[in-house]
Amino acid sequence: MAGNSEPLSPRAKLAVTAGRAAAAVSRAAGRGSGSVIGGRVALRFDPDLLARLARHLDVVLVSATNGKTTTTRLLAEALRANGQVVSNALGANMPAGITSALAGGSEARYAVIEVDEKYLATVARDVSPKAIALLNLSRDQLDRAAETRMLAEKWREGLAGVEAIVIANADDPLIVWAASSSPTVVWVAAGQEWKDDAWSCPSCGGVLQRPSDDWFCAECGFRRPTPTWALSGDHVVDPYGVAWPIHLQLPGRANKSNAAVSAAAAAAFGVDPKIALERMYKVQAVAGRYDVVTYQQRELRLLLAKNPAGWLETFSLIDRPPTPVILSVNARGADGTDTSWLWDVDYTRLAGHPILVIGDRKLDLAVRLEVAGLQFLVCADLDEAVRSAPPGRIESIANYTAFQDLRRKVGN
Amino acid sequence: MSDSSLRLVWVYPDLLSTYGDQGNALVVERRALQRRVPVSRVDVRSDQPIPTSGDIYLVGGGEDRPQRLAAERLRRDGGLNRAVANGAIVFSVCAGYQILGHEFVNDLGRPEPGLGLLDVVSVRGEGERCVGDVLADIDPQLGLPPLTGFENHQGVTHLGPTARPLARLRVGKGNGTGDGTEGAYNDTVFGTYMHGPVMARNPHIADMLIKLALDVNALPPVDDQWYDALRAERIAAAVQPA
Repeated sequence: MAGNSEPLSPRAKLAVTAGRAAAAVSRAAGRGSGSVIGGRVALRFDPDLLARLARHLDVVLVSATNGKTTTTRLLAEALRANGQVVSNALGANMPAGITSALAGGSEARYAVIEVDEKYLATVARDVSPKAIALLNLSRDQLDRAAETRMLAEKWREGLAGVEAIVIANADDPLIVWAASSSPTVVWVAAGQEWKDDAWSCPSCGGVLQRPSDDWFCAECGFRRPTPTWALSGDHVVDPYGVAWPIHLQLPGRANKSNAAVSAAAAAAFGVDPKIALERMYKVQAVAGRYDVVTYQQRELRLLLAKNPAGWLETFSLIDRPPTPVILSVNARGADGTDTSWLWDVDYTRLAGHPILVIGDRKLDLAVRLEVAGLQFLVCADLDEAVRSAPPGRIESIANYTAFQDLRRKVGN
Repeated sequence: MSDSSLRLVWVYPDLLSTYGDQGNALVVERRALQRRVPVSRVDVRSDQPIPTSGDIYLVGGGEDRPQRLAAERLRRDGGLNRAVANGAIVFSVCAGYQILGHEFVNDLGRPEPGLGLLDVVSVRGEGERCVGDVLADIDPQLGLPPLTGFENHQGVTHLGPTARPLARLRVGKGNGTGDGTEGAYNDTVFGTYMHGPVMARNPHIADMLIKLALDVNALPPVDDQWYDALRAERIAAAVQPA
């Protein structure tokens, strides 16, 4: 079912054209790529456009609290082994952005689509995906996002009627709860460092027992499913027990986990794990994340961490002390306006690093670090922080809009 | 206090620790240690008994179903009520605050009995969720500077005759009753809707609890420069939102 077997209806074509025009106007006005406005205009012309566009493609959806943009990119690279791929590579992950991405790929065979957690059930219904990859769920933007457990429940209901193969992380109890309503699930032991959103059984509310890597509920018997794929150190182990080494340019355990899920998803389309992984090695940075840039004669690595689980994974990949670390936190709309989550991040992990603090909410961070008993320096802006940093490559960790600010500032 | 260390109990982190409220435990612990008061902190999971020998118990906010589960388990356990009967201090936030009252509305939309440690009853608000920075004047009897915090709830909490409002609102919804009150307290039991977490924004509250626990009138000063700077910023933000 690849390629353009059926042409788009005149209405759908008109919608796509109108969307492209709006996107072009938006780009000309200097308002970003225009993909969201383009998609919005196109959907207004033809509300079923998303479904219509998807009909011509093998669609894979990727959703999670953390890692969805990177996994989308890795999986898109892997599937290119088999044919052309369209993707919302820049992270425009709600229906308008997704529509726009699909409209751009008239020759493609596959669509690898990152979906915002809140829209997964709706998009899955609209686009009849062939596969859905689910990585993890944890607390994020609590002032406006749905509660984490409710989100898992919504996924579970939404995915119950979907025919896609679901590739899901067996190590996250909330993901297992969400995915296990699906008829076909490929379980991947992809790991998850953050455990504090799943101490209570998603099924019955009992206290989950979590001996080493296993987990189960002693009250109702809900337990970790037996995985067929696993991330094991620096290897992906496939269903035949073959261990494939992972040599990503992207750093950290979380990205190995993303690669393991991507390899399992690519295998569902017949891509050999060796070929899938080799294609993933090409990925250096994803929408600026993990990029190393030179700024004021210093090397800065740009790291995005949006929530406690993301910060935890990021701490485990930064260079050792005395590497200086710049922390930047904002609390604008896209970040969530409540900064309470800073207290769920274990900043004592930064002990020994010179710490420089910037961002709209640097004072919240300052109190947080003071209470953690750490030494730190609050700086007016990035320039002052870079000037004050002792020698060496600087790790800069920022949440969502702070990360965008950082990229703009360093010209990335 | 039977010995010189401060026994801090963090109640049910597996259920009531969603909004960074464990920061309250971190702040109390830090500020006690800065005064050279040794602290023993116990985090009690909801399948463990609540120890009755603690000095300060902290109960945080959480999502709707965990709130019901926490109330069921705390009622069955009875330890927190026994501790209060022994004179222990309890400071509770949001979902935890509602649990300390006589009753709240649970995730199934039904009234759920609380622990009856505060003379309050909570229901679910009809309007929009209360989300944003709050500024309020704390009951003058407590002698504390203004309360700043972040609220994020849909609860409405009505105070009975033996509960005193913790604070009078200048900005924000607080108890959500429209009468300008925020939080409640009675003797050694406190409740508030404030996150932030509340002790990070109001270290004087942490000090008040430590003083109550140690039965002293004053504590040696500590360096509050970052707390003061944060307070000034958030109070200004509450008065004049961006």
